[in-house]
Amino acid sequence: MHRNRGKGMGKNTKERKMQEIKLADLKPGQEATICSLTEHNSGNDRLRELGLIDGTPLRVIKYAPLGDPIEIKVRGFYLSLRKSMARQIRVRLRGNIEN
Amino acid sequence: MKTEQHTGKIKKAPPWVAIVGNPNCGKTALFNRLTGLHHKVGNYPGITVEKKSGRIRNSRIILRDLPGTYSLNSKSVDEKIVSDMVQSWRDPNSRPRAVIVVADATNLIRNTYLALQILDWNVPTIIVLNMIDEARKKNISIDANELQRRTNAWAVIPASAKYGQGIKEIIETLERIPDNVLLPNHPPRLVEIENYSEDIAPLEQFLEVKKDSLNHHPRIEALRLLSDSGYINYLSKFFSASELQALLDITKQVKSALTVKNIPYHNLEQSSRFAYIDLYLGDVFKKDSVSRRSMSERADAILTHPVFGPLALLLVLGFIFNAIFSWAQLPMELIQSGIDWTSAQAGAVLPDGVFKSLMTQGIIGGAGTILIFFPQIIILIFFLSLLEDSGYMARMAFMMDKLMAKIGLNGRSVLPLLSGFACAIPAVMSARTIENRRDRFVTIMLIPLMSCSARLPVYTILIAAFVPAEYILGFIPMQAAVLMGIYFLGMFTAIFAALVFKKFYPSKSVQTMLMELPPYRMPLARSLWWQIYDKGKSFLTTAGSIILAISIVLWFLASYPQQSDSRQQTSRERIEYSYAGQLGHFIEPAVKPLGFDWKIGVGLITSFAAREVMVSTLSTLYNLENDSGQSQSLIEAMRKDRYPDGRPVFTVLSVLSLMVFFVFAAQCMATFAVIKKETNSWRWPLLMTGYMTVLAYVSCLIVYQGGHLLGFI
Repeated sequence: MHRNRGKGMGKNTKERKMQEIKLADLKPGQEATICSLTEHNSGNDRLRELGLIDGTPLRVIKYAPLGDPIEIKVRGFYLSLRKSMARQIRVRLRGNIEN
Repeated sequence: MKTEQHTGKIKKAPPWVAIVGNPNCGKTALFNRLTGLHHKVGNYPGITVEKKSGRIRNSRIILRDLPGTYSLNSKSVDEKIVSDMVQSWRDPNSRPRAVIVVADATNLIRNTYLALQILDWNVPTIIVLNMIDEARKKNISIDANELQRRTNAWAVIPASAKYGQGIKEIIETLERIPDNVLLPNHPPRLVEIENYSEDIAPLEQFLEVKKDSLNHHPRIEALRLLSDSGYINYLSKFFSASELQALLDITKQVKSALTVKNIPYHNLEQSSRFAYIDLYLGDVFKKDSVSRRSMSERADAILTHPVFGPLALLLVLGFIFNAIFSWAQLPMELIQSGIDWTSAQAGAVLPDGVFKSLMTQGIIGGAGTILIFFPQIIILIFFLSLLEDSGYMARMAFMMDKLMAKIGLNGRSVLPLLSGFACAIPAVMSARTIENRRDRFVTIMLIPLMSCSARLPVYTILIAAFVPAEYILGFIPMQAAVLMGIYFLGMFTAIFAALVFKKFYPSKSVQTMLMELPPYRMPLARSLWWQIYDKGKSFLTTAGSIILAISIVLWFLASYPQQSDSRQQTSRERIEYSYAGQLGHFIEPAVKPLGFDWKIGVGLITSFAAREVMVSTLSTLYNLENDSGQSQSLIEAMRKDRYPDGRPVFTVLSVLSLMVFFVFAAQCMATFAVIKKETNSWRWPLLMTGYMTVLAYVSCLIVYQGGHLLGFI
């Protein structure tokens, strides 16, 4: 809806690629959209069955007290996944992109 | 358009209905509602879970409850139960009359994925929008009629299993569905977003030929073949060997064609289904924005807070363990005196002889060991159910996961392991909440290392008798320090054992900790009751019958053979003469290096019935009457006991060795029985007994012999 409003306009593909970061690198509270799940394995397979497909918006809620796993909100529910898995998910920040 | 075809065949078996759904969608609650309060739950031992079935209230329809799953592409053993059953629907004779797909109305998008997969089997499918009350409270509006029309489900029924809404309508709808309905083939419920249809066409065409026997759309079969290399096993019986080879070849060609076009062929079904949901069903239900903070999320700001979260966790666990010890104390004492009274009554009524001895010592005594732990088990089950139903259990796992991951387990192992301090039996049962099979079995293997409450009487009496009531450094009570050390010994060994398991039995799947954090919910009394009832009953029947059987064997060993003038003998002489006594003497050479004499050997054998039996066995062997001063006089007798050469039987080293033995040895038949039941194999309980016995023996050998070498007596 208000994805990349203004700032996202007219970026070339290379810059677009640059914006893609790992889910595990997001801070609590940040919202992002899924770009791709890099590897094929049963864990990623399950993530897709839960609806984490390309273009799905999500928000990082928090990291567990010991720093792992990570909790996200996606498609109306809250999901906990280990950072090792979150590193395989590439996302693009939504809304205001900080420099 | 519900076109129906009657085959006209009269079936003797009653019609049945399968009930499927995502984990935590309220499926079991709905099952209980539909089958009614007095339903008969049949337990079918599966590999990891139970399949339940029951008759719908006032109906002949049988309802089969299946484990929760997110999809028909199974990733775990319990999910495979569901996908295997669905696969059997290819044969019209093994089709259910209908399928109920339970969907969480507050979370409908995700729940719809499984519903679409089920719908595509063309069996009359009822989508139950469960928790509709909660959804309405959250202002989630769902157009049930529109959902029914677009997906071509048989019916879409909003319901609340919690408050009993919609139950009548579900039953009436089920009653009206005729048997053996074959719905006309519906186009598969997916939207192709990548341009793959041309590429997979050869595969579809090949499968099209067998459409009538496969009874499943070729497009879906093709997508499953591409995503899962094991899927072909489901199709093998419909093709000849050469056809199968052709199928494999075509699959391979299609894969390479898709790879050339850079289309990820593994997840075409997922993306196509969610595209269908987003594009075709998107306006049926209001979507929840990711930005909205739910009530549970706000509660979690404290409950999983980096500082307050772990604090709250400690408080909760502390409360539960205190409750298990303190609340259970009175009922346990009552049960104990009840058993003593029954035994005394039976002793007074029955004529002297074998039967009396069997009744009072074997059967009543054996039943006693089962019943005595029952209060603790019930209390633990109650709290476990409470934690699970409220949603807090998932938060515990979330917070503890990293710690457990270090030793190759996951966050869900925490609670079963801690429960082991109370009693291994409910702890092993609570390991059911661990979805991953490998982690579940390893957790079960570690539970007996937690010093359970039955070991406490043994530790207490040994410490009271042989650890001086002095203070270390002037302020640390030595007896308490030894007791704590014994507990820590078990815990640290469990960590070590987990690492050994991690090395030799590593986790194969990556899906170790993908977990939904459900919203906090108020637990329902009736659901708690049913969980306590089911688990309590299954403990009493399954573990109970094995315990009873072993008790009788142990009674036999301790009572036979008898000498002709057995009346005149003391109980010590009788036991010494019995098989158990002979066995004690027989194993004496084996236990001597550990610092034990034959009497302790007998105690080790009898304590297999239950660990605290060690104390009563020793009392019997020291010819003590069962009076109130028992422990005091037992301590005296143990201190005074000497070997023929005048050495004391119990020294600091042999007592330490004995305590170490109790920490490690798997001497509890109830645990053995419950592990046999929970893993549905002899392999795991035998492995548990094996590794723990070796561990116990070697450790005691090191303690006793090592102590000697270091100059202790």
